[in-house]
Amino acid sequence: MIPAQFDYLAPTTVEEALAALGEHGDDAKILAGGQSLLPVLRMRLNAPEVVIDLGKIDSLRGIRDDGDAIVIGAMTQHSVVEHDPLVEEHAGLIHQAVEHLADVQIRHRGTFGGALAHADPAGDLGAPALALGAQFVIQGPGGTRTVEADDFFVDLFETAIGEDEILVAVRVPKHTGWGSCYEKFVRVAHQWPIVAVAATVKMEGGTIAEARIGLTNMGNTALRARASEAALVGQPATEEGVAAAAALAAEGTHPPSDLNGESAYRKHLATVLVRRAVLNAAGA
Amino acid sequence: MTRINLTVDGDKVADDVEPRMLLVQYLREKLGKTGTVIGCDTSNCGACTVHLDGTSVKSCNVLAVQADGAEVTTIEGLAQDGELHQVQESFRECHGLQCGFCTPGMIMQSIDLLKNNPKPSEQEIRVGLEGNLCRCTGYHNIVKSVQHAAAQGGAQ
Ligand SMILES: Cc1cc2nc3c(=O)[nH]c(=O)nc-3n(C[C@H](O)[C@H](O)[C@H](O)COP(=O)(O)OP(=O)(O)OC[C@H]3O[C@@H](n4cnc5c(N)ncnc54)[C@H](O)[C@@H]3O)c2cc1C
Ligand code: FES
Ligand code: FES
Repeated sequence: MIPAQFDYLAPTTVEEALAALGEHGDDAKILAGGQSLLPVLRMRLNAPEVVIDLGKIDSLRGIRDDGDAIVIGAMTQHSVVEHDPLVEEHAGLIHQAVEHLADVQIRHRGTFGGALAHADPAGDLGAPALALGAQFVIQGPGGTRTVEADDFFVDLFETAIGEDEILVAVRVPKHTGWGSCYEKFVRVAHQWPIVAVAATVKMEGGTIAEARIGLTNMGNTALRARASEAALVGQPATEEGVAAAAALAAEGTHPPSDLNGESAYRKHLATVLVRRAVLNAAGA
Repeated sequence: MTRINLTVDGDKVADDVEPRMLLVQYLREKLGKTGTVIGCDTSNCGACTVHLDGTSVKSCNVLAVQADGAEVTTIEGLAQDGELHQVQESFRECHGLQCGFCTPGMIMQSIDLLKNNPKPSEQEIRVGLEGNLCRCTGYHNIVKSVQHAAAQGGAQ
């Protein structure tokens, strides 16, 4: 199927893109890599009158070192993030999650910012962004503001980005030296996870000093497994040490039931995957 | 209508297209390059894979207007002076196809894979072709074809 008719704009600066968004309001849709938007348009689940392509705005692409954080431009393709040494060293969790996101062709086009703005609860980047405490840099007509990861994901496919705003970059605080593991449970290669767990831990000797855990596809948004995080502090990185904390992984979650699994099955998966992810992240 | 200028299989082309036109439609319907095929409605199968500025993409999931200014290579642009590309030759040699429908995409993705990893392991080949589905071969001879191409120095 092909999309319904729309007008196409390809601004070369963020300011031009914002002006176009301001003019067309909710008749307009931003196009990043198109790897989620084009399937939506082709199935006619959405039919915007105007599509504003960010592809010609060079300033939105690239990854840079910003002292205690790395900054990833919204339009940086997954394949660039996947092979970037800064990301691998300081945000290992993102490196791992991107490696297993979709397939090579999709990673060549899809973007870091596009995937997060899309806010699919089954998307692979929300959980790592939460676990690493990412900060979302959002630009609108009145200037730029920063939204913490915990406030960014609002509901199914809904984020803190306003209708007249654009996500321009994501700041990821460095977690240099932290162990990390993204455990993705999937039935078909190159697809969205049934459940996935993003875990990053700071070790002191054989003990877990701090743990941050994000959950994928366990509710309407990516979530933190806060009960597990709290229970892991001070535990040894052993099967016994981690088991009790992992058993709390699904606390407070309301995962969906669908063709791939019942809600109760997902809750069970979350506990298994948290155990595996934490042990792997701790190098045990 | 939006004006686009691009290079396809070495030839410069310019056209007025509807913004909603997909790159795969443009290649097939405007340029007659039916070697690039459509195998699904969900961007899962990879049959439509082409190279856009040197990297593999699913041309059913790119708008023709997004290819403005770019260089596109399709399966039809691989052979040079009547000589098949090494990866095409290897698929022929190792019988890496049955019905052949997935083959254009498999070959385009295999070339991308070998460009980044000239000596892939079997596992790396299987992972690299994750986005390409084949309903016939069970992938066995496809993997062999890529190994054969790699052994011949296939990426070019
Ligand atoms: C076959 C297939 C398999 C896939 N498998 C996976 C998978 O395993 N895991 C996974 O996580 N994802 C998967 N995806 C989705 C992929 O990650 C997409 O690349 C990503 O979700 C969207 O990024 P994009 O740049 O293509 O955004 P687009 O599709 O262009 O945009 C997505 C949405 O975000 C909005 N948007 C984009 N950028 C901005 C911005 N800067 N500011 C404001 N709004 C913006 C758009 O308006 C649109 O609503 C898959 C996709 C396909 C087709
Ligand atoms: S036709 Fe493009 S992926 Fe199937
Ligand atoms: S040879 Fe028939 S689909 Fe692959």
